[in-house]
Amino acid sequence: MSVQTWTYILVGITFALYIGIAIWSRASSTKDFYVAGGHVSPWANGMATAADWMSAASFISMAGIIAFAGYDGSVYLMGWTGGYVLLALLLAPYLRKFGKFTVPDFIGERYYSDKARIVAVVCALLVSFTYVAGQMRGVGVVFSRFLEVDINTGVIIGMVIVLFYAVLGGMKGITYTQVAQYCVLIFAFMVPAIFISIQMTGNPIPQLGMGSTIHDSSGTFLIDKLNGLSTELGFTEYTSGTKSTLDIFAITLALMVGTAGLPHVIVRFFTVEKVKDARKSAGIALFLIAILYTTAPAVAVFAKTNLLNTVSNQPYLEMPPWFKNWEDTGLLVHNDKNKDGIIQYVADVDQNELTVDRDIMVLANPEIANLPAWVIALVAAGGLAAALSTAAGLLLVISSSISHDLIKSVINPKISEKGELRAARISATVAVIIAGYFGINPPGFVAAVVALAFGLAAASFFPAIVLGIFYKKMNKEGAIAGMVVGISLMVFYILKFKFGVFDGGTSAISRLNKDWWFGISPEGFGAVAMAVNFVVALVVNRFTPPPSEEIQELVERIRLPNNAGEAGGH
Amino acid sequence: MNTKKENAAAYWKENIKYVLILLSIWFLVSYGAGIMFKEFLDQFQIGGFKLGFWFAQQGAIYVFVVLIFVYIYLMNRLDKKYGYDHDSKNNTL
Repeated sequence: MSVQTWTYILVGITFALYIGIAIWSRASSTKDFYVAGGHVSPWANGMATAADWMSAASFISMAGIIAFAGYDGSVYLMGWTGGYVLLALLLAPYLRKFGKFTVPDFIGERYYSDKARIVAVVCALLVSFTYVAGQMRGVGVVFSRFLEVDINTGVIIGMVIVLFYAVLGGMKGITYTQVAQYCVLIFAFMVPAIFISIQMTGNPIPQLGMGSTIHDSSGTFLIDKLNGLSTELGFTEYTSGTKSTLDIFAITLALMVGTAGLPHVIVRFFTVEKVKDARKSAGIALFLIAILYTTAPAVAVFAKTNLLNTVSNQPYLEMPPWFKNWEDTGLLVHNDKNKDGIIQYVADVDQNELTVDRDIMVLANPEIANLPAWVIALVAAGGLAAALSTAAGLLLVISSSISHDLIKSVINPKISEKGELRAARISATVAVIIAGYFGINPPGFVAAVVALAFGLAAASFFPAIVLGIFYKKMNKEGAIAGMVVGISLMVFYILKFKFGVFDGGTSAISRLNKDWWFGISPEGFGAVAMAVNFVVALVVNRFTPPPSEEIQELVERIRLPNNAGEAGGH
Repeated sequence: MNTKKENAAAYWKENIKYVLILLSIWFLVSYGAGIMFKEFLDQFQIGGFKLGFWFAQQGAIYVFVVLIFVYIYLMNRLDKKYGYDHDSKNNTL
């Protein structure tokens, strides 16, 4: 059977599964819709969190980014996993104890202010929309390459599927489809990785294969071989970086703190029954995420070595069929500058003849390694699972921000349960349509902006939530000032250095790099903006009245895992 | 009421101690071994990995997972010690 037939079969089966789950888990109350009734088991929540978290970027792009960045790619590996330690130790148990539906709920009540709540809603929408557009685009790319439908048709099919289970099932539908999507995506990621690891090193465990010797008589370590190949062609050694230590530090910190501040991840911890379960599901989630995150750097090494071996200094006419397939998509471009019919892939821009889009490393990897058709098809189904699960989680945050945090809490507190549920469904629908629009007409900067969503989350939510739990005298003036200054500074830095808005447009960006504050890139600036948020919040707090006794008592109750011994319920 | 408050305060203090210790390890394996001391550690080799590079792309992640499970274990023990481990229907505020 051809790759395409296999892809139709596998994608068809997984989609049917998601729809089946959606019908089975319809939401009948707002509690179902926002937090899946609050009865999700730690394992189910751990799997759902892992799928929620691992997006098209983790599945499709990350290994490719690492393959081309080498050591510098470590920022994503550590940044996108280390955040879970912060989440588990500093946020998840307490937010679960607080026990409401959304992040703005917490900010609004802890800081006894609708103004704080609205600032939080704006931050949540800003973070989630930048992130979701990238997911819809990912859906489109997978469809266009593997099913040979037009990218726009792909986005629309994706929209319909997400619409179906997110609108019908809310958090309940999303949770159980995410459990299924985790299984699909991890299987789809691991199978080719294991195959290739055996092929190249004889070791079936990719994490170990990465550090093993090559499966031939030479006895050379794979990584040494890759380092050698890279320097031969004029690239930096794979295991060394080109970024400054300070920038690596800042980017890792921004990604970690941003992870812990992402509303669609935080809300997952509202869905379990007990504080104990919140801790446990954070551990399970990171364990499940780590399976993919420790495999990705291995895939990166395998894929990069394979690519260099296959294309470098080889005649163009002898390239395998996958080369042509990816050339058709425009993600792989060969320009025979010196007309010798041989592919020169080198660091020197003037002599280099091959441009490789980083995204194809995972998608093309099974083809490059000559794996069977069903494995290639599996990767397509996995990429879709990763993109759809994250998109659904984000859409839920967007819809609950509007129906719960704006309509129910601020605009019309008297709205009925039924009315609120309807509002939630309508806002989910509108959000899907807007996300789809951005998927079809991507503002050229989607990829850049997704990474920056972390900076925005780091600069806004993380300090406000941590201070809200660990410093009971923290007041609303401080928290609001911190969030507003933090996120504004971050937005300013992005506009200035990522879009060149103040210096004559995008053409100015590369010229501005030397002006980075402290030499920190926009990707890492979230760490600085977060620190500024903390400082501003604490300084303003010094000069404004402390919160009331009731709020301070609320904080004390949040810190305890249950209400044992307390007289009367709250 | 007072003993209840003291109990809660003592629980919180121990919790903070655990969090600080675990976060120090979190910092050391990632920002320490994986970033600041990477060059130094790269002189050592385990299998095909240079040690600093291994921490940055593998080791730190394994330690993160272990840290959360250690935290879960410590907190469950702490909950029991201070009597916060009873399941009650009334778990929200």
